[in-house]
Amino acid sequence: MNEVKESVIDADRRSLFDWLELWRYRELFYFFTWRDIKIKYKQTVLGFLWAILQPLLLMTIFTLFFGRALNIPSQSLPYPVFVFSGLLLWNCFSSGLTNASNSMVNNALIIKKIYFPRLVIPVSSILAALFDLTMSLLIFIALLVIYRVDVSPAAIWCWPAAIVLLIIATLGPGCLLAALNVKYRDFRYVIPFLVQVIFFLTPVIYPVTFLKYQSLQYVLAANPVYAAIELFRLPITTDHELQMTWLTISIVSGFVFLAIGLVYFKSTEEYFADFA
Amino acid sequence: MKPVLEVQHVGKKFSIRRSGGYLSLRERLSTGLFRGKESHEDFWALDDVSFNVAEGESLGIIGRNGAGKSTLLKVLSKITPPTKGKIIIRGRIASLLEVGTGFHPELTGRENVFFNGSLLGMRRNEIQSKFDEIVDFSGVEKFLETPLKHYSSGMQLRLAFSVAAFLEPEILVIDEVLAVGDAAFQRKCMGKMEEVSKSGRTILFVSHNMAAIRSLCTRAVYLQNGSVKLIGDAYSTTEAYFNEAEVSDDGTNGVYDFGNTKGLVRKAEVMCDERLSSILYMGCALRIKVHFEHTSSIEYPVLGIIIKDRNGAPILGINNKHYHGSVVEKPVSKGAVELLIPSLPLFSGIYHVDLHFGDRFQDLQVKRDCLTLHVEPASFSSGELPDPNLNRIFIKEAEWSFTN
Repeated sequence: MNEVKESVIDADRRSLFDWLELWRYRELFYFFTWRDIKIKYKQTVLGFLWAILQPLLLMTIFTLFFGRALNIPSQSLPYPVFVFSGLLLWNCFSSGLTNASNSMVNNALIIKKIYFPRLVIPVSSILAALFDLTMSLLIFIALLVIYRVDVSPAAIWCWPAAIVLLIIATLGPGCLLAALNVKYRDFRYVIPFLVQVIFFLTPVIYPVTFLKYQSLQYVLAANPVYAAIELFRLPITTDHELQMTWLTISIVSGFVFLAIGLVYFKSTEEYFADFA
Repeated sequence: MKPVLEVQHVGKKFSIRRSGGYLSLRERLSTGLFRGKESHEDFWALDDVSFNVAEGESLGIIGRNGAGKSTLLKVLSKITPPTKGKIIIRGRIASLLEVGTGFHPELTGRENVFFNGSLLGMRRNEIQSKFDEIVDFSGVEKFLETPLKHYSSGMQLRLAFSVAAFLEPEILVIDEVLAVGDAAFQRKCMGKMEEVSKSGRTILFVSHNMAAIRSLCTRAVYLQNGSVKLIGDAYSTTEAYFNEAEVSDDGTNGVYDFGNTKGLVRKAEVMCDERLSSILYMGCALRIKVHFEHTSSIEYPVLGIIIKDRNGAPILGINNKHYHGSVVEKPVSKGAVELLIPSLPLFSGIYHVDLHFGDRFQDLQVKRDCLTLHVEPASFSSGELPDPNLNRIFIKEAEWSFTN
């Protein structure tokens, strides 16, 4: 036997994070993501079309009600572009969060029968949601062309940065909810409501400056999705100044949630098979 | 040389909640706020289990239902952590607690092979390089691009086992996956397992089939109520298992109370010529009555009874679906299903019974080896029994005639 790897399962000593192990299982992230995407598109007849259609329809509805009827300001942008740029990221966040929350329960059969770092499951379900994002990014670019919106080339780095922030913003709460959902089975009823609430606390359909009370603006900034959306809109707006304080609060909040989510997930992880 | 696997004083505790079922947030909030501690019972599924496995050894793990075999496998496979003790594993370990884990009906055969293989710990290029062999072994090459939902269950199983068969860990942990599939495929699987064990890899094998344990394993661990009762060579350990099983089931008087905490099968009664008893006579009227209680009502309860010889080989498997269909007129959630065999066709000996309880589509609960039948020689009409060495079944009534 050449070079024997010794591993120890010890009831008295448990490591919280084993990054090396996660790295060894890296292919599994790919396979779970790939499976989730495949299954999703095999089960819907409309398939890819749905990923595109859904934000477009929402955009139309929001434009009619909030843009036209209520006359909500949209920075320097045409309202449809404004709302779509927000929806793009919001959809990715909300579907990522919902998928992640249910992911552990949905994969209970696998969890009970085979070992791998459980973190693979919620993370992959969030990565699978990114696939829809790339679809709607194409629509977004088409919209920019149709509405002749100028894109500042110097600020284009904001887009990938916003997506990275979005992933971080989804991971923390996603892992937290996934773990809670395994432990408390009635938690899943809370999730759609929670997502709805966060939607109104996210500047998707209105700009932050639209809010009259400054204290409310701080509440909004504590939302980790806020930074992603603000940053994402930066290259296409002209009259808009980044609020560095709020941005910092939002980014820090994203990392705080990430830490809480990961630690809670890891601390309950090994008992998932007993609960599930 | 150090053993490849060292299990040291391993214990696993489960807290069984009195109320049963899953935790709920609502409950947690109310108990947290008003009552403090929730009532639960501790249960040690494994208690101070220690053994070593040397390189290249195949170790069988035996024991009755609830002895802790599955828990031990889960602890060894890192699926659930031990409460006490320590396990040292030297080498790559792979466990097969089920074949086809993660198989998805919407994915094609090819896609499932890749996903399942990767779950079992194979690298992508490893699966790629073995892909043809895997497909070849499974015999489903024509349907590779077909979604799994169109496969027959036999095909699914073959594909699943084939992926598993090409795993190359140093230590392989297997849980009774062989108890499925048609006879030809089972032989193929056993052959593959023997090949694996001969190739110098270490195998841990849990089974109820003592014949399989004897042919595959060199040593065996006999678990009883979560502790190691005996470790020794496969033959003597299985022998001890038989003898123990024979003794421990006396005194049940034909009534097997399974309690009401776990599962829907609550109680079984065995009657011989209308008297409760687990000691039967060849050719007697055997009655097996199974009491059940379920959370929802069952439209078409199906009771399946499998009678196995002392080696664990099944010799009779029947259920009401095959005979007269449903035993109820309207859906029921509790009651008792009863089987009457007017003349027991078993030769004298000891038999173990598996109970399968379900609806017409699936098993809701399977209880393995949960009843033991002691069949005693009957007073046969001639006073002399047919030769026990020639007979495995017993025919009480036979007609003989003469023509010329």
